[in-house]
Amino acid sequence: MTIERVAPFGFGLLMLCGWEFWVHWAEIPPYVLPGPLAVIVAFFADPSGLLLSLLSTLAVTFTALAVSATLGAALALATAFSRLAQAAIQPWAIILQVTPIVAIAPLVIIWVNDPFISLVVCATIVAFFPVYANTVAGLAAAPPELLDLFRLYGAGRGRTLWLLKLPAALPYFLAGLRISGGLALVGAVVAEFVAGSGGFASGLAYRIMEAGFRLQIPRMFAALVLLSLAGIAINLGLGVVATVLMRQRGETRGET
Amino acid sequence: MLRIAEVGRKFRGGTVALQGASLNIARGDFVALLGPSGCGKSTLLRLIAGLDRPDSGSLVWDQPPAPGEIGFVFQDATLLPWATAEENVFLPLRLRGMGRTAARDDVHAALARVGLQDFAGARPRELSGGMRMRVSIARALVTRPRILLMDEPFAALDEFTRHKLQADLLSLWRELGCTVVFVTHSIYEAAFLARRVVMMTPRPGKIAREILSPLDGTGTRIDPAYTALVAKIGAAMEHAMATV
Repeated sequence: MTIERVAPFGFGLLMLCGWEFWVHWAEIPPYVLPGPLAVIVAFFADPSGLLLSLLSTLAVTFTALAVSATLGAALALATAFSRLAQAAIQPWAIILQVTPIVAIAPLVIIWVNDPFISLVVCATIVAFFPVYANTVAGLAAAPPELLDLFRLYGAGRGRTLWLLKLPAALPYFLAGLRISGGLALVGAVVAEFVAGSGGFASGLAYRIMEAGFRLQIPRMFAALVLLSLAGIAINLGLGVVATVLMRQRGETRGET
Repeated sequence: MLRIAEVGRKFRGGTVALQGASLNIARGDFVALLGPSGCGKSTLLRLIAGLDRPDSGSLVWDQPPAPGEIGFVFQDATLLPWATAEENVFLPLRLRGMGRTAARDDVHAALARVGLQDFAGARPRELSGGMRMRVSIARALVTRPRILLMDEPFAALDEFTRHKLQADLLSLWRELGCTVVFVTHSIYEAAFLARRVVMMTPRPGKIAREILSPLDGTGTRIDPAYTALVAKIGAAMEHAMATV
């Protein structure tokens, strides 16, 4: 392991030690800023509660990611086949992307009766665009000489798509999926915040709000740390998937 | 085999890539289209391949080529990076609906023809630039084309590899007897390879002159006739460019 690989962990540990020392030295009360040790203690006071909430948030996140990947790839394919479809879909995809989810989430939660589905819809709205936009770019990225070659041998649109455009789009799709993974988690948490205030909740965002209302700030931090770790794990996991797939194809793009 | 009569091609934006280009290509010929960048050589090649259409003039085939009867080799090898050499060579047959098993012998024969029989399972990134170009040539040959179109295929290669591939291409041409149209901006390459050197001048792209090669196509650079041909083409090219 090189020094560069160890550096982030060493720096993090140094910051944690400094943080712990500072809250003791400055006598900052834990309901204002708890030290890292207090956060760890708060986690182990109710690990199952927090982990179950994490599972609930992750269920929303991964469902939204799967829906985003399917929907994004399907719509990108539609735009690759038809200029009309592209003209029809593209503006709406951009509108969805630029509209803040915080503004839409209350409406979605009112319109969709099932709490889980409403959270998934909100997270999907946030996570959909990178997969869609990247796949569109990937489908258009096949080298023109290869497209000429396919034309020369009389290949139809279906074969050109299957044998050239789809494989060429894979690295772009995987890069989009990696971005969407993080965004799905963000979308799930934002939706949980909105839904949580409406009275039903089980995810980590609700635990954060609940802990905030009760001034259990160390527990709030513990939930935050879990969210961060989940985000990092999703990003690294999708990076590993991309690397493995690209290596299997004899390419190196998609490194973690 | 092919009569190209007064062909013109004008691109959007007004650039005249070709104007009044006429050329006959006979069966078994090896024609080099020689000229500087922008003289319409590649445009003419794309017109022959049917990848583009002329704005004026006509291309008349004795027998119009079916898909697979034209082989095309681009300046870059343009291989599928995710496919092995074997899969890349198999591609034209696959696009024509042939199964992998039925195509195996043809694919292996094409790879053997370019000396890559031991690299069938290698992916493009595992091959050198020269080897990738060989795969590209094997891919163009696997359908046994009547006419092979090559667009500056060796321009990006180092000189040693280029000389080797030029010699190999001549051997293949003699062995297969197909027609070759070879685009190049190198006088040396045109003189070494072609039976007929067609010189083109730019703005607008026109055919300036044709020179028949006195060489016997056995591929030697130490023949005084080769040196004389290079000098003759060079002088003719200078004259043609001076009159543009």
